[in-house]
Amino acid sequence: MSNNETMSLTLKIWRQKNQNTKGFFEEHKMDDVNPHMSFLEMLDLLNEHLMQDQKEPIEFDHDCREGICGSCNLVINGVAHGPEMRTAACQLHMRKFNDGDTITIEPWRAEAFPMIKDLVVDRSAFDRIMSAGGYVSVGTGNAPDANAIPIPKQQADQAMDYAVCIGCGACVASCPNSSASLFTGAKISQFANLPQGEPERKRRVVAMVEQMEKEGFGDCSNYAECEAVCPVGISISAIAEMRREYMKALI
Amino acid sequence: MASLTAALQSSVGRKILTGITGIFLVIFLVVHLAGNLTLFAPDQGESFNLYAQFLHDLGPLLWIAEIILVVLFLLHAYIGISIYLRRKKARPENYHLYKSQGGPSKQNFASKSMAVTGVVLLIFVVLHILHFKYQAFSPETYYTTINGEEVKDLTRHVVEAFQNIWVVLAYTFVMLMVGVHLKHGVWSAFISLGAGNPKKTAVLYTIGTIVAVLLSLGFLFIPIYIYLNGGV
Repeated sequence: MSNNETMSLTLKIWRQKNQNTKGFFEEHKMDDVNPHMSFLEMLDLLNEHLMQDQKEPIEFDHDCREGICGSCNLVINGVAHGPEMRTAACQLHMRKFNDGDTITIEPWRAEAFPMIKDLVVDRSAFDRIMSAGGYVSVGTGNAPDANAIPIPKQQADQAMDYAVCIGCGACVASCPNSSASLFTGAKISQFANLPQGEPERKRRVVAMVEQMEKEGFGDCSNYAECEAVCPVGISISAIAEMRREYMKALI
Repeated sequence: MASLTAALQSSVGRKILTGITGIFLVIFLVVHLAGNLTLFAPDQGESFNLYAQFLHDLGPLLWIAEIILVVLFLLHAYIGISIYLRRKKARPENYHLYKSQGGPSKQNFASKSMAVTGVVLLIFVVLHILHFKYQAFSPETYYTTINGEEVKDLTRHVVEAFQNIWVVLAYTFVMLMVGVHLKHGVWSAFISLGAGNPKKTAVLYTIGTIVAVLLSLGFLFIPIYIYLNGGV
């Protein structure tokens, strides 16, 4: 496809005024989509058209648009963040679709992520899971010397692999049970692999698991769909590690 | 710190319990299959009858084992079904279009049908015990003499049961369901009990599939061979 060609698309987009009203699909036809646009730029363009026509634009979450903030939350054609693996919706480009495609866009759906408007849901349940134990106690004051606590390279890398979680919630959105185990597991495991996480280690896993349940997330059935949609590719081993930590906390 | 009972009722605790009970049930299946395969020792089923007599002679030990098995089985089924029922509550409004991303996802026929295959196995176990332990469907008891001692001829009971094509087909279906259930179940137990680093998850899934195929084939062999062969 050359640079000058534009794509025609039919979009079926979820509209919902708020939590108390029923949602519905609204269909929009676009014929000026540049294949090099990101998915969110395509939605920006659609919103411009809507506003020109004095219609209400579609609400969707976004911030950095470079795949690291975890704001974007679109279920595109039935898959959280769309068809490209290890890619947040903001990094997905329209060239991944074909001219003439119909694209269905839905919000994250979970009891623990209440609807705010259209494609925007309230993900503060994740913040409350973090507040329950996703921190380390440090003495305030000057920043400590970077290499004061030696950590083996392998362990540091493993902690980093879990710490890359951007908290977008795709794991919950894609899970048939709406479980938040991958998110919670990643947050627990990043600390479990570092000496800094040691003081609160046992308290942390119990408190975060408890909070996860309180928020109304479902149980994990080890489908590993979360790993498949995770834009940063966190392995289901984070969930295994959470269970290991939990067992250690009980003993 | 939560008490142990409270902890086992948490979402992680439930999975740990499902995994532990599941592993013990798989171990039971391995022992059960090994016992069943004594049918094919080249002595017209004498070994199988002796094996059955040995279990019977354990007396109270056997009852304890049976009670433990029933508890394991019911706990496993109860937690599994309750996890399945909870999903509706966690997502009251479903997606209008939902697809698996593929890749590392383990969403497949086996994982999606765990509740169904589980219920099939639950019903089967009740019927199977009625069938072979209590002889509910063929009340006649046969006896045979081994080393001058009269024992129940369970070999004949089994052989006669598997002359009926419908019984063979029913067992074949259920044994395939065992394989389907274990394909996801064994892998799931590993992850639920905290096994595996990121590089090993694929290996664990393969191990689960191998265990499922071997156990399923082993159990399938018995009714099909007896039916085709007309005996052991």
